[in-house]
Amino acid sequence: MEKSLELKLLEILSDNSRLEAEELSVMLGVDADTIRNTIDRLEKEKVICGYNTLIDWDKVHDDDVTAMVELRVTPQGGEGYDKIAEKISSFPQVDTLYLMSGAYDFLVTVKGRSIKEVSLFVSGKLAQIDEVQSTTTHFTLSKYKELGVLFKSKKTDERMLVSP
Amino acid sequence: MRDFLSEKVKGIKPSGIRRFFDLASTTEGVISLGVGEPDFDTPWHIREAGITALHQGKTFYTSNSGLPALKKAVSDFTLRHTGVEYNPDSEIFITVGGSEAIDLALRSIINEGDEIIYTDPSYVSYLPCIKLADGVPVPICLKNENRFKLTAEELENAITPKTKAVILAFPNNPTGAIMTKADLEKIVPVILKHDLLVITDEIYSALTYGDEKHTSISSLEGMKERTIVINGFSKAFAMTGWRLGYAMGPGEIISQMIKIHQFAIMCAPTVSQYAAVEALNNGDADVENMRQEYDRRRRYLYNELEKMGLPCFEPEGAFYMFPDIRQFKMTSEEFATRLLNEQKLAVVPGDAFGESGEGFIRISYAYSVSELKEAVRRLKLFTESLK
Repeated sequence: MEKSLELKLLEILSDNSRLEAEELSVMLGVDADTIRNTIDRLEKEKVICGYNTLIDWDKVHDDDVTAMVELRVTPQGGEGYDKIAEKISSFPQVDTLYLMSGAYDFLVTVKGRSIKEVSLFVSGKLAQIDEVQSTTTHFTLSKYKELGVLFKSKKTDERMLVSP
Repeated sequence: MRDFLSEKVKGIKPSGIRRFFDLASTTEGVISLGVGEPDFDTPWHIREAGITALHQGKTFYTSNSGLPALKKAVSDFTLRHTGVEYNPDSEIFITVGGSEAIDLALRSIINEGDEIIYTDPSYVSYLPCIKLADGVPVPICLKNENRFKLTAEELENAITPKTKAVILAFPNNPTGAIMTKADLEKIVPVILKHDLLVITDEIYSALTYGDEKHTSISSLEGMKERTIVINGFSKAFAMTGWRLGYAMGPGEIISQMIKIHQFAIMCAPTVSQYAAVEALNNGDADVENMRQEYDRRRRYLYNELEKMGLPCFEPEGAFYMFPDIRQFKMTSEEFATRLLNEQKLAVVPGDAFGESGEGFIRISYAYSVSELKEAVRRLKLFTESLK
């Protein structure tokens, strides 16, 4: 599949991963087998890294807590940040992990069932890592948008039902 | 008491769409494929330009013909997309939507009894606007087998010594038909031979999907000086509620149109004009993204109609499909009413767009794929129940 079509395929999938190969085939004007093969290849190449469902957990159990934790670290000789990143990301409580430019080194998103649980994780696990010098924890109060999707939107179709 | 009403206005039939709208809005749980406007929000940077204009207190009249910056932007945009150059000072002016431009163009050229050709089925305003301007409407019934294009022969046959102008509207509402460069080249000799004026409503020009980009008839040899081009922001930039369009053409016609506009309208909304400058100067990428999204839906819906055995030519413009429902042996009004009552799905009966729309329905794909899927499911249940 040519590059520009592959890009279009990825754009469609990143919006809606539930479309079937037959539907994608019609939309892009490429036969369904080519679509299937391309998706297989992109999965193997880890271009497509997974298929998640975006859930507003607040609506399921409203006591969930998310925190953004800033970490300042001292990189170990020769191994840079990768080794520390590997350590941090192996905790299941860690949702996302970014290396940042600026005043601190890592930004970690941590999810837990309560403020206490998250606090214990930060002080008991993250802060205990040898290379970690300091932590600053910010608890999120409300989620408005994630992965391009609005969570609080009450948008309805404002158009008239029928118009010329 | 006397009858105060104008005979002329009393003689105008209300739009068939209105009737169907009333029916649809009183039915519970309806989903609709009956809308003639984009589902996208106006891109944020364009809305922001409007908000900034409000913040800065740009709430006064503009000159009758529109903001100079906007006319310049229209000129640049048109040159970039159609290759035709219009002088922003004399050949362009800003209107309240494409609809105003249609009305003014007709009022500026018609003397009582002049015949104006338009294609049928068509957008609902040509016929009444011709009548209100004391013209004689001459519809050409376009054919499904020609993919609802206008042929040179059809045009030639409709012309009489009284014919003054022909209205072209491609990409077309309601059919989705387009006229390619080659199609237009076939009708140009007829237009030149009979010394006709062309009013070309190109409001859907940005939404053309085949291999070929949209061609404006004004870009063809000998046509610019006899063509009024009407375009606007509603469809391309998803700006229907901003009410903004424009007309381009020979200075002597444009100045007459501006004359009516200055007495009837004064000027187009100022805030909308500032937003539109941003749209034209920095909105090409938004238009392209929306176009590609419509194209995916178009392919999806066309394939689904084909699978359910609803014959339809593959439309290459706007955001409409115009399937043929004659196999079900009922009028398009009956079909649409029953579809609404039995499956709670609203489409527009083809006859709302003129006589030759009878036997067809207009389906809009200005809806998300998931909405289209549900609509397709209902349409399929309905057509299966009829077979």
